[in-house]
Amino acid sequence: MTNDILVITIGAILVNNFVLSKFLGICPFLGVSKKLSTALGMSGAVIFVMALASLVTSAIYKYILSPTFTINGTAINLTFLTILVFIVVIAALVQLVEIILQKFSPPLYQALGIFLPLITTNCAVLGAAMLNVQTNRGVMASTVFGTCSAIGFALALVLFSSLRERLDLAKVPTPFQGTAIALITAGILAMVFMGFSGLV
Amino acid sequence: MTIIITAVLFATGLGVFLAVVIGATARAFAVEIDQRVETITGMLPGVNCGGCGYAGCADFAKAIVEGRTIPSQCPVNTPVNITRIAEYLGITAGEKEKVVAVVRCSGSCAVTVRSPYNGIRDCRSAALVAGGAKGCDFGCIGFSSCARACPFNAIEIRDGLAVVHPDLCVGCGKCVDTCPKSLIVLVPATVDVHVYCNSPEKSVLKRKVCKTACIACRKCVKAADSENQMIVNGFLVATNYSNPPLPDLIEKAACPTTALRLASKHASGAYEGVLK
Repeated sequence: MTNDILVITIGAILVNNFVLSKFLGICPFLGVSKKLSTALGMSGAVIFVMALASLVTSAIYKYILSPTFTINGTAINLTFLTILVFIVVIAALVQLVEIILQKFSPPLYQALGIFLPLITTNCAVLGAAMLNVQTNRGVMASTVFGTCSAIGFALALVLFSSLRERLDLAKVPTPFQGTAIALITAGILAMVFMGFSGLV
Repeated sequence: MTIIITAVLFATGLGVFLAVVIGATARAFAVEIDQRVETITGMLPGVNCGGCGYAGCADFAKAIVEGRTIPSQCPVNTPVNITRIAEYLGITAGEKEKVVAVVRCSGSCAVTVRSPYNGIRDCRSAALVAGGAKGCDFGCIGFSSCARACPFNAIEIRDGLAVVHPDLCVGCGKCVDTCPKSLIVLVPATVDVHVYCNSPEKSVLKRKVCKTACIACRKCVKAADSENQMIVNGFLVATNYSNPPLPDLIEKAACPTTALRLASKHASGAYEGVLK
């Protein structure tokens, strides 16, 4: 069990990094990576939301969607509703968390700010939930996977934003300025992460 | 058929359930927000420059409502809006003198001796490498650290020299700390005459590296209307901002190096190419 968790952890953070090898969550990866401070805020929100979403969605899948019920003699299985239910539940969950945070922890609410609602409908969050379903993980393993994927996302985001801050000060040839050099940098960073591929 | 009905019922039920839960939570955990804070935030410029000393416009609005500060502490806001805020809360607006930033250097690339520099294009980084690329150790490095810090785009880098546009500058003071040479000062906006040099070195040494340095010839000191309008400090003359000279001092003094300038004309580039 401990061994499994360790494999999931390292696999999710380094080897199958969400951004750099699965190409999920590219939008916030490019959108909020201009400054290290916003990248940190986003990372916090992503870790928070993905951990919660993985926990709740895997529990819902295990206890509501995957078991087969019998109503009026017809066997009913609701797995085909998975994506729909997951989207709705994640969105509602984040909304709930936001309301509760605003009441009980204004500083945390201020720090996560706009990033919390932004991340709600992100493919990385839904991706983590769907991957958990596809690989048949238990609730505990799913939560660990979700959290670690988010940490991997945060790692990539923080690395990338630091690179972009440094790029701002460098002399970049005119055709490559802005998004072009950012995408090239992201590609090189992805290649660097390929070096982890034999790890697990 | 049963499966379709079940799915529809399940999805609807889930939607209704979640809506009720969110609604109930929002009601149960409602945070009371002071409406006045939002109204006042609407009357503030909303650029979050930090010139008032608070974390942002919303934070400043909160501070006004709680009586920790006065509306006129915002250096950016128009007088009309400041009065509106004061009337809205029934408090006094207070007075605040408008200040603008001045970069006390006139050493553009055309007039200073330069050495090559290929490092990071940032003044603070460049200052670590033998004090920057220019000949003068005290002058503007011109890698726009201050211009990047300015939320109002009031600082222009022209020919390797930071120039403040007094009509755009609101005096928030964000640029002041970014200059590794401490060249930027906040001065009253009503004063237009400044000495654009901050080098305390001997006049001969200054002239070797910069054509527009202040050589402390004292022409402006003598031409001034009263004795202490210009202050001499070693080999450097500066405007006395508590007893400022009038703009006509420029013609009367006829500064031989054009270090004595009007901020408004300096910003429009009127002094460029005057010295060959």
